[in-house]
Amino acid sequence: MPTDRFPVEAGHIMMFARSVGDDNPIYHDAEYAAGTEIGHIIAPPTFPQAQAQFNATYRLRPQVGRPWFGSGATPTGVETNSEVGSGGGGGLHAEQHFEYHRHLKPGDVLTLTVRPGETWEKQSKRAGTLTFSETITEFHDQDGELVITARGVGVRTEKPVEN
Amino acid sequence: MTLSAAELTIGETRTAVLVEDLKRTQLVQYAGASGDYNPLHHDELYTREVAGYPGVFAHGMLTMGITATLLTDWVGDGNLTRYGVRFVNQVWPGDTLTGSAEVTAIREEDGEHVVDLAITTTNQHGAAVVTGTASARIDG
Repeated sequence: MPTDRFPVEAGHIMMFARSVGDDNPIYHDAEYAAGTEIGHIIAPPTFPQAQAQFNATYRLRPQVGRPWFGSGATPTGVETNSEVGSGGGGGLHAEQHFEYHRHLKPGDVLTLTVRPGETWEKQSKRAGTLTFSETITEFHDQDGELVITARGVGVRTEKPVEN
Repeated sequence: MTLSAAELTIGETRTAVLVEDLKRTQLVQYAGASGDYNPLHHDELYTREVAGYPGVFAHGMLTMGITATLLTDWVGDGNLTRYGVRFVNQVWPGDTLTGSAEVTAIREEDGEHVVDLAITTTNQHGAAVVTGTASARIDG
């Protein structure tokens, strides 16, 4: 189940900008932002990815009543490593692309439309057979306008990537 | 500040040190902000013993986010129209990342002036960790 509703909030934008080490005031200072050409706070370019926070069934966030695959008393909280694929080689992010029709701002309420793209395979010396799959996500705002188009490519590896 | 076509030349490059000695705490910070709590990015025990990696490593999206700062510092706030990357090598705690963006085209698209950039972020060993492209609006 994808994200139904992604409310863009000023505090979330500030935390996100901090986490990528960007102290540009356009991401946290409303007074400064009001004096710029843009006129308001905007979100950093990769912020759309934080929609995961609003995905009700997101696999990579612990959820009440569901075993978590990270460590506690033992290295993993699930019996079989089904969450991350066999052999320890799990899903990794291979590519990410954004198209900005406009930049996000606090108060936007986005609706996401997610569709699968292409899938393909490749052989790799460092990680065995690689299976790539593409996901296209369209972010529409409260007025129904398309504001962001995102294209992500995930890869599942046969074994952990060797360095 | 929006760049103007007249002040840009093809081949012009900007580089900046994006992060020095990347800390595990920043990985945790990014997990909290982005909502991606994959244990591969904070849980050493899981990452070594279950996933089989030598240790925790950065979210690709953290490196993409860190790299974005180089672009927005150059092209100005709100001017990016496209930004895309491939994650070509993992980024580890302790890494120092340097970003580089090069002007590859200055053109018009749908009546707007646009600059195209090629991007590479490398680690302290000189290996690329992220490669990609971006486009931004500029003044004519």
